[in-house]
Amino acid sequence: MSVALDAPAPVGFAEKIWRINWGLVLVLTAIAGIGVLALYSAAGGRFEPWAARHAVRYGAAFSLMLVVALIHPKVWLTLAWPIYIVSLLLLIAVDVIGKIGMGAQRWLVIGPMQIQPSEIAKVAMILVLARYYHGLRKDQAAQFLYTLPPLALILVVVGLVMVQPDLGTAMMVLLAGGAILFVAGVRLWMFLVAGLAAVASLPIAWSFMHEYQRKRVLTFLDPDRDPLGAGYHITQSKIAIGSGGLFGKGFLGGTQSSLNFLPEKQTDFIFTTFVEEWGMLGACVLLGLFALVLVWGFSIAFRSQHHFGRLLALGVTAMMFLYVFINIAMVMGLLPVVGVPLPLVSNGGTAMVSVMFACGLLIGVNVYRDAQLPRTR
Amino acid sequence: MKPFRKGDGERSGLFTRRALLLGGAQAVLMSALAGRLYQLQVIETDRFATLADDNRINLRLLPPSRGLIFDRTGQPLAVNRNNFRAMATSDRGRGADVLVDRLDQILGLGEVERTRLLRDLRRSRNAQPVVVRENLGWEEVARLEFNAPDLPGVFIDLGQSRDYPEGELMSHIVGYTGRVSDEDLAGRDDPVLQLATMRFGKKGVERSLEDDLRGRAGAVQVEVNAVGRVVRELDRTEGQPGSNALLTIDLDLQRLATEKIREHQSGSLVVLDVVTGDVLAIVSTPGFDPNTFARGISQAEWRELLDNPERPLHNKAIAGVYPPGSTYKMVTALAALEAKVIDPWTRLPCVGFIELGNIKFHCWLKAGHGSTNVVEAIAQSCDCFFYEAARRAGVDRISDMAARLGFGKLSELGLPGESSGNQPTRAWKQEKIGKSWQHGDTFNLGIGQGYMNATPLQLAVMTARIANGGYEVQPNLLLAKSTPREELGPPAPRDKPTAPSLRLDPKHLAVIRDGMNQVVNSSQGTANALRARDPALAFAGKTGTAQVKRITERERAMGITQDSLPWHLRHHALFVCYGPVDNPRYACAVIIEHGQGGGKTAGPIGRDVLAETMKRDPSRRTDRFRKMASR
Repeated sequence: MSVALDAPAPVGFAEKIWRINWGLVLVLTAIAGIGVLALYSAAGGRFEPWAARHAVRYGAAFSLMLVVALIHPKVWLTLAWPIYIVSLLLLIAVDVIGKIGMGAQRWLVIGPMQIQPSEIAKVAMILVLARYYHGLRKDQAAQFLYTLPPLALILVVVGLVMVQPDLGTAMMVLLAGGAILFVAGVRLWMFLVAGLAAVASLPIAWSFMHEYQRKRVLTFLDPDRDPLGAGYHITQSKIAIGSGGLFGKGFLGGTQSSLNFLPEKQTDFIFTTFVEEWGMLGACVLLGLFALVLVWGFSIAFRSQHHFGRLLALGVTAMMFLYVFINIAMVMGLLPVVGVPLPLVSNGGTAMVSVMFACGLLIGVNVYRDAQLPRTR
Repeated sequence: MKPFRKGDGERSGLFTRRALLLGGAQAVLMSALAGRLYQLQVIETDRFATLADDNRINLRLLPPSRGLIFDRTGQPLAVNRNNFRAMATSDRGRGADVLVDRLDQILGLGEVERTRLLRDLRRSRNAQPVVVRENLGWEEVARLEFNAPDLPGVFIDLGQSRDYPEGELMSHIVGYTGRVSDEDLAGRDDPVLQLATMRFGKKGVERSLEDDLRGRAGAVQVEVNAVGRVVRELDRTEGQPGSNALLTIDLDLQRLATEKIREHQSGSLVVLDVVTGDVLAIVSTPGFDPNTFARGISQAEWRELLDNPERPLHNKAIAGVYPPGSTYKMVTALAALEAKVIDPWTRLPCVGFIELGNIKFHCWLKAGHGSTNVVEAIAQSCDCFFYEAARRAGVDRISDMAARLGFGKLSELGLPGESSGNQPTRAWKQEKIGKSWQHGDTFNLGIGQGYMNATPLQLAVMTARIANGGYEVQPNLLLAKSTPREELGPPAPRDKPTAPSLRLDPKHLAVIRDGMNQVVNSSQGTANALRARDPALAFAGKTGTAQVKRITERERAMGITQDSLPWHLRHHALFVCYGPVDNPRYACAVIIEHGQGGGKTAGPIGRDVLAETMKRDPSRRTDRFRKMASR
């Protein structure tokens, strides 16, 4: 690989293929494979209705990822703003005409497809932030005034997602955006002020929350408050994970999931379904695979020779981390239940596509790590 | 990190530092997840494993089959019959209203049932099924099955319910079962009693033998899903069915005796084996149909039974208390003889009354009996003789003798609702009435009146203890019990009492028996009209009349007689008897409520029932026992 570092740009097609992180691709495929396994088990040992479609979906998303990976970053640099604008429009559309599911407007139906614009918005926001900071000098990036536009970019998305309402995604967008701002060089005191402001605004946020959201927070703080009602999900999930023990109950042997004690076992609680059967051993393998993805992400970011690539890779990695951490912490009772899926494992189309698209961007950064990208055009 | 291009180096340096910081934070948080996994899956795994099993494994008790009840000849008195019932489980009480609404549409539950079912569903723990309705007909079963998709958690269960083939005839003895109440649970920790389908003996033998009849519950471990549906069976322990019981009752005799008693408005009768204490018949009329209870009695039916002035729910043979009247004279005589204040030859005068101070105590025969000894006094039921005998013996000795013969206390029969009657003593009067015992009280006690009260069962026990030569036999209803049906059979006949002796002088007992013999078999006897024509069926007895309303001198002057009184104010008619006269085996006590003269109404019934008993001789003839074909 060290040969590639000093290789002159541009590179040939074969070189591009060679530069694709096949190891990372393998890890992603392994994670999706675990997803198929877990969904097969969640359906009681059947490929229908989830596992088979998950595999097919991964296949399609896999191709998308490879295509995205081979697109030159300058294209993304150009498209960042249009994509962001389109995703905002979709978000507005979903708030106005979106389909209501699980008590929230999250889906937009276009032809045969149901899409979740908030998933697209996540990636769009990472792109546009990377694009923005790519065009700034270091001293500019540190200035307060230059921090205001990206802050607005983040908060618009957060706001639109919040009203759906989708607390989990809003939180992810905020944190992922914050991560990009952090590595882009925004002064630390601004984060401090933002953090304090966030704490101060908690009571206000509380008053704006929906009843079910408040319930979730209260339940998180004290799961035994209503063990058969709002706390039921998290109590049953902890029982399933805990009873799995070191080596699990064996494939298809999970009682909590097969007897339906576990809610949402194919989506948000897929980790629980998997871990009940595969134990701490399986959990560590899955966590390890995700950790590998993160390490890969960081290493790609470090090796990119243009700032856009760095920020993009880090943004994608941060998003990946937030997905994994929020979901797993949630099912283990460390965070309130906020409805964040486990990437590549949970059943669900849009999240899979957006994650694989993001991974495509990440790999693309590696493929075009030495591309010449002028700071200003 | 050399390869960064100039001009970009500044930015990339800051980026690298900050990214490393971010990566570190992510590593820490990922480790936190691993730590949490360790906590849940290693440290607390046992607790969660238990909780997971609690979730999915449900221990369901299998109600044992209740023991059957037979009469001494093997005829069934209480059996189990298949009962299709609708059961319902509700997902932690959610959706119970909707479910009950649908059931109401399909079965027509009615307001009372709706309320009960809702309450049961909400109370039910661990998704234990509750009973919707019992004894479903085929049409109801079909309707429920047809609507099954709309009735989640509802299923048809084949259980058993109690059936009483003899109905009213055995109602007071066998009793009935009902839902387990809180009082039933007191002191019993058998978990099977918590089952909604379980029934508990409420009256009669069903109650007294409850702990034998019930049996031991089996248990089945099932795996259930989140809505309580059984997925599969994990383990099964068979229970043990309840003991089958063979009662001492002779059903045919009981039927005959009941027909006799039914000729009168209300009455009761007890037939005892004087050697073993076996109760061969207990009749109390009117009775009730225990099957209405087994089915589940309606409020209206229950009201009607409670409001009936003849008290059909009341077993008068063991719970009805009456002044024993002249049937008590044997007690007075025996007390006086044992105290040696009279001897068999002592003759006492009767001029029709005896005076105590300025109060006259009348003999029933106005003209008086002249001079009589104890045998003649019993035969002719001379009141004056017993006033004097009672005066000589004193209340303490009479009460003591009465207690030895079974008065004033509960027997060992075990049937619920038995009354102990009242055997007055000095202390009793002081405590209850607040006055000291008077001579007049002793006079009244001597002829079984005044404060004295006894049940028909106690009269039968007294007669039996006199007839068997002074053995303290206890009435007993259970002949044999056994869980395997083929081992159920009557024990070998016994001819010698095993009960402890009362240590009475046999000569004195012979005198009393001679008196009772002459009541029936001497031309002077008060019940001479009842004497048996067949010498093999010869018996002895004693009539009694218990005063309900005292006819005052003024009323008598106005020409009011017993016959002109309304039914409920007339005297009770009593008769006790035993037979055969020279080798007593059976004793019988009869009370016809408001039947007036003991010899007139109660006597013929006692004679006929006793004669029938002697003919059948159920205590010695066990060949009439037939095993019921196993079902």
